[in-house]
Amino acid sequence: MIGFPILSLITFLPILGMFLIMFMKKEQSKSIKYLTLGITALQIVLALVLLASYNYSAGGIYEEKSFQFIEKFKWINISGISWLGNIKIDYFMGIDGLSMPMVLLTALVSFVAALSSWNIEKSVKGYFALFLLLDAGMMGVFVSLDFFLFYIFWELMLLPMYFLIGIWGGPRKEYAAIKFFIYTLFGSVFILLVMIGLYFSATELMADGSRVHTFSMIALMNPANYSADGILSALNPDNLRLIAYIALFAGFAIKIPMFPFHTWLPDAHVEAPTPISVILAGVLLKMGTYGILRISYPIFPDITRDLMWYIALFGMVNIIYGALVALAQKDFKKLIAYSSVSHMGYVLLGMASLTTVGINGAIFQMFNHGTITAMLFLIVGVVYDRTHTRGLNDFGGLASQMPVYTGFVTVAFFAAIGLPSMSGFVSEALVFIGAFGVDSLRVLTIISTLGILLGAAYMLWTLQRIFFGPLNEKWASLKDLDAREYAMFIPLTIIIIFLGVYPSAMLNIMNSSVNSLVHFVTTTVSTTSLGGL
Amino acid sequence: MSESLLINISIVILFLPLLGFTTVIFFGKKIPKLYMFEVAVLGLTLLLSIIVAYVKLSIYDTKDIIAAFTWISMGNAPALGGINIELGFKIDNITVIMLFVVNLISFLVHVFSIEYMRGDKRYTRYFAYLGIFTFSMLGIVLTHNLLMMYIFWELVGLSSYLLIGFWYEKKSASDAAKKAFIVNRIGDIGMFLGILILFTQYHTFTFDAIYEQIAAGNIPFGSNAWLTAAGILIFMGAVGKSAQFPLHVWLPDAMEGPTPVSALIHAATMVAAGVYLAVRIFVMLTADAMLVIAVVGAVTALVAATIALTQNDIKKVLAYSTVSQLGYMVMSIGVGAYAFAFFHLVTHAFFKACLFLGSGSVIHSMHHEQDIRNMGGLKKKMPITYYTFLISSLAISGVPLFSGFLSKDGILAGTLVFGKLTGHWLIPIIGFAVAGLTAFYMFRLVIMTFHGEPRDHHKYDHAHESPFVMAAPLVVLAVLSVFIWYTPNPINPSAGWVIGDWIKTPAQVTPLETRYEFMKPSSEAAKAEVHGEVIHSVEYTETMHWAHYPAMFLSLFLAGLGILVAFLFYQWKKLNADKLAEKLQGLYKFSLNKWFLDELYDLTAIAGTLRFSSILAWFDNTIVDGIVNGSATVTRFTSRMSNWFDTYIVDGAVNFSAFLSGFVGLSFRRLQTGKVQTYIVFVVFAIIILLMFFKPF
Repeated sequence: MIGFPILSLITFLPILGMFLIMFMKKEQSKSIKYLTLGITALQIVLALVLLASYNYSAGGIYEEKSFQFIEKFKWINISGISWLGNIKIDYFMGIDGLSMPMVLLTALVSFVAALSSWNIEKSVKGYFALFLLLDAGMMGVFVSLDFFLFYIFWELMLLPMYFLIGIWGGPRKEYAAIKFFIYTLFGSVFILLVMIGLYFSATELMADGSRVHTFSMIALMNPANYSADGILSALNPDNLRLIAYIALFAGFAIKIPMFPFHTWLPDAHVEAPTPISVILAGVLLKMGTYGILRISYPIFPDITRDLMWYIALFGMVNIIYGALVALAQKDFKKLIAYSSVSHMGYVLLGMASLTTVGINGAIFQMFNHGTITAMLFLIVGVVYDRTHTRGLNDFGGLASQMPVYTGFVTVAFFAAIGLPSMSGFVSEALVFIGAFGVDSLRVLTIISTLGILLGAAYMLWTLQRIFFGPLNEKWASLKDLDAREYAMFIPLTIIIIFLGVYPSAMLNIMNSSVNSLVHFVTTTVSTTSLGGL
Repeated sequence: MSESLLINISIVILFLPLLGFTTVIFFGKKIPKLYMFEVAVLGLTLLLSIIVAYVKLSIYDTKDIIAAFTWISMGNAPALGGINIELGFKIDNITVIMLFVVNLISFLVHVFSIEYMRGDKRYTRYFAYLGIFTFSMLGIVLTHNLLMMYIFWELVGLSSYLLIGFWYEKKSASDAAKKAFIVNRIGDIGMFLGILILFTQYHTFTFDAIYEQIAAGNIPFGSNAWLTAAGILIFMGAVGKSAQFPLHVWLPDAMEGPTPVSALIHAATMVAAGVYLAVRIFVMLTADAMLVIAVVGAVTALVAATIALTQNDIKKVLAYSTVSQLGYMVMSIGVGAYAFAFFHLVTHAFFKACLFLGSGSVIHSMHHEQDIRNMGGLKKKMPITYYTFLISSLAISGVPLFSGFLSKDGILAGTLVFGKLTGHWLIPIIGFAVAGLTAFYMFRLVIMTFHGEPRDHHKYDHAHESPFVMAAPLVVLAVLSVFIWYTPNPINPSAGWVIGDWIKTPAQVTPLETRYEFMKPSSEAAKAEVHGEVIHSVEYTETMHWAHYPAMFLSLFLAGLGILVAFLFYQWKKLNADKLAEKLQGLYKFSLNKWFLDELYDLTAIAGTLRFSSILAWFDNTIVDGIVNGSATVTRFTSRMSNWFDTYIVDGAVNFSAFLSGFVGLSFRRLQTGKVQTYIVFVVFAIIILLMFFKPF
C-alpha cells in the first residue's frame, strides 16, 4: 500500500528545515527566513499535489481501504511480554475528507504565518527552528491514523508553542506560556488515559489470524474488535465508556477552547507574537474539534448520540458567551480572541447535529475560521507593529490614513460577521440548517442565532472605533501596507471570497467522508462486541 | 427572443454593475475618470432591462421563466436522501417591472451624483459603492429562492452600510451606518429562522417548490401554527429592511449618507425590498400572519406620519414620510390588496426618488443647509426643482391625475374592504387618517421650502437652479409621477395595464382553514386552480365595488383637507403653528422627539446588552479564569506544603534519626576509652550479668 510517502514528506519536511536552520549561522537571518518561507511554500505545493490526486468519492473515517495516501508499517513491536502480550504501535498515516481540508489549512496558515514572522529580530535561529517544529507537529496530528502517533504529534507541538510564546511574547509572556502549556497538558493526560484504556479493550486481527492489542483508530472504531471483558467495552456495566468519553472530550475541549476551559486562549493570544497567534487561532484550535470528530465520534458512537444535546448546549454557550464577552473588550487582540471562542461554538453546534449538513458546516467552519481569524490576527499585528498599542480607544480615523489596509479589514470583519458571498456565511448557515433540523436541538439553535447579531455588533463597533471618525493626529504618519503585507492578505482574501461564492470547492472534498461519518455514528451499535475474543 | 436569451440578458444585467464596482474600486484611484464607466454601465443595464421588460410583458406576459443551478450538493445523506441547494433566477412580471424601476432610478441617481458629489475626496469610490448596491438589489429582484434572497438581502445591507457611512469622518455618519446594519440584522435573524423552518420541512429554498408542497397539504412540522410562524418570521426581514415599527429607527438616521443615496437606497429601492419580499411570500401567509402584517404596517404608517409633522430637517421629513408610505405598502399586503402594494411600491419609488433628489438639489444650492426653517422662497430661484417637487408632493398626497392617487386609493379601498369583511375597522381608520397627515406634512414642507419669503438671505442669495445633470433626473421622475404611464383613466387604475394586465394577485396556497373567509375560493372550480389569477371570493369582489367610491371620496377629502390646513398654517398664516405647539406641548415634544423610541432603545436593549456583556467579562476574568488561577494557586500552595512537609517532616525524620544515632554515638563514645584494662572490666561485668540471667548452674 506504500507508494510515494507524500504524507511523511509533508509532515517531516519542516523538521528537515529545522535541522538545516540549526546548522546555519546566527548572522544569516535573511536566509533562515527565506528557508522557512520556502519550506512552507513547498508544503502548500505538496498539499495541492495531494488535492490534485485526491479521490472525492472515498469515504474514509471507519474504512481503512477508503483512506488515501496510506502509509502503514510496524513501528514499535515488542512481543512476548508475559502479561501484556504484544505491544504494537504502527506508523499509520492516511487522509480522508475530514483531514484533507485541515492539511490544506495547515499548509496555508503556516505559509502566511511565516510571512508575518519577517520582522522577528530576536534569536532568529531559535524562532524559526521552533516554528518549523510546530508546523511538523500540526501536520502530523492531521494525518495520523494511529492513536499513539497522533498523541505524539499532539504533544510535540506543545513544546515549541510554549517557547514561542514564552520567549518571543509580550509583557506577560511567561504567565501566558505556562498557562497554555499546563492547561493543554492537563487535557492531554485525559487523552492519554483513554488511549491506554482503549488499547487494552480492543484487539486487531492480524494477517496471521492472531489478535493483538492496537492503537489503530480504525480498528478501535469497530465494535467487533472489543473484547467483552475490556474495560471500555460496551458490555462493561460500570459506565466506563461514558466516563472515558467525557474525559476524552474534555481533553479536546480545552483545545477548542470550549467554555469553561477557554480562559487560556485570550492570555495566550494577547501575549503571543502575531504569527503565533495566527497559527494558534488558525490551526491549533481546530485540533480540538478535529480530535472529537476523528476519535470521539466514531469510537464512541453510542455515547455521542446520548450526549449530542449537551455538545450543542456547549456550542450555544460558546457562541453567545464568547460574543458577549468580546463586546466588552477594550483590547483589539483580546476581542478577536473572544470572537474565536464564539466562532468555534458554531463548530460544536454543527457537530452536535449529527447530520450531513450540520457536520459539513462544522468542518467547513473549521476551515473558514482558520482563514478568517488568521486574517484578523494579521490585521491586529499590522496595526500593532506600527503603533505599539492595541487599545480600541487609542485609534480613530485610520481609514483615511491607511485606505488599503482598511479595505482588507472590512473584508475580514464582514467575513467574520458572516456576510454572504464570504466563506463564513456558508458554513454558519449550514451549521444552523443542520442543527435546526434536529428536533431536540431546535431551541438551542434559535438562541444561537443571536450570535450573528452580537457578532455584527462587536465587529462593527470595533471597525468604527479604529477606522472611522476624525483621524487621531498621533497616527498621521502611519504607512499603508507594504508588499509583504499584501502577500499575506491577498491569498486569504481570495480564498475567503472564492469559498463564499463557490463553497462546493471545499464541501465536495469533505462530503463523502461526512456522509460516512454520519452514517457510522448514527447507526453503529456498540454492543456487537460480543463477536470479539 | 427566446426564454433562455431573456434569462441570459437578465444575468448580464445582474453582473454588469458588479463589473462596474470591481473596475472602479481597483482602478479608480489611478484613473479617476472611471466613474463614467460606472455610469455607462448603468445606462447599459437600464437599456437591457427595458428590453427584457418589454419582451416579457408583451410576449411572455403569462409565463414565468425560471433558470436554476445546483450550488451545493451533499450527495446522498444518511436518513435524508439527496441534499442539494439550488440557486436560480425567476423572471415574472413583477421581476421585470422591478428591474426597470431599480435600473432607472439607479441610473438617474448616478447621473445626478456626477454633479452632486463633485469635489468629494472619495468621488470614484462613491460610484463603486453605487455599483455594488445596484448589483445586490438586482440579485434580490431576480432570485427564485429564499436563500439567494437572503444572500443579496445581506449584501444590500452591506452597501447600505458603506454608503450611509460614506462620510465616516463624522461620528454621526458612522453611528448611523452601524445602527442600520445591526437593526437590520435583528430582522434578518427572524427571516433566517423562517427560512430554516421551511428548509427543514421541504429541503428546498425555491419559492415555487415550497408553495407546491404547501398547496399539497404538507405543512411545516404538521402544524398550521408553524406555517404562521414561518410567514411572520420571514416577514421580520421586511420589518428590518423596510423600516417597519419597531425597527424603523435606523432609516431616519440613515439620512447621514449622501442625499442621492438616500433617494436610491433609503427611499426608492432597498427599503422597498421588504415589500418585495412580502409580495414574494404572499401566497403562503395565513390569516393570522396577514393580520400581524397589517397591524405592523398600520402602526408604522401612523407613527411615522405623526413624527413627520414636526420635523424641521428636510431629509428627516422625507425619511419619515418614506417609513409611513412603506407602512402603507406592508399594510396593503396584510389586508390582501397584493396588487396595490406592489403598485404603490412602483409609484412611490418614482415620486419619492424625485422628492429626495429635489431635496438634494435644494441642499446642494443652499450649501448643505437642511433646516427648512432657514429656507423659503426658493420657488423663484429654482423653478425646475420646485415644480418637480410639487408634482411629486401632489402624487404622494394622493391628488388625482398623479400616480400616487391611483396606488394609494387602491390600498385605502383594500383596507376598507378588509375592515368591512373582518371587522378590523381600526386598519382603515388609520389608513385614512394617515392620508390626511401625509398631505399636511408634505405641503408644510413644500411651503416652508419654496414659498413665502426667504428666511436666510445670505444663503438664499447664493442659491441657484441646479445644472442639467441634476435637473434632468428630477424631470424624468416627475413625469413618471403622472397617471398616464399607468392607466388611461386617471381615477381607475384597474382600467390600466399595470393593475389590469400585469400584476395579478396570486392564489393562496395555505390550507383553507387558515385563510380569511374572503380569501377562500368561492367555487370548487376555483379551488382546483392553485396558481389561478383571481382568488379572492365573489364576496370580496362585490365589497371591492362597494368600497371604490367611498374610499376615493374620503381619501380625496382628507388629502384636500391636509393641504388646506398646511396652507392655512404656513402660507396664509391664518393659524399659528407655534401657538398650537405651545398648547399641545406634550404631544408636540412627543412627535418632535420621535416618540422617544431611540432613547427607549438606548436605555433598555443597548445599555442592557452592554451592561450584561461587561458583567460577563468580569465573570470571565474573575470567576472562570479565577478558578483556573485559583487551582494553580492551590497547586502551588499544596506543593509548598509538600515542600515544607518534605523538608521538615520527612527529611526531618531522616535528619532526626541521624541526629539520634549521632547523639547515641556521642553518649557511648565515653565508653570507648582505648584502655585494655577498662574493656576487660566491662567484659567481666558482662559475663557476670549474663550468668545471672541464664543461671546455667
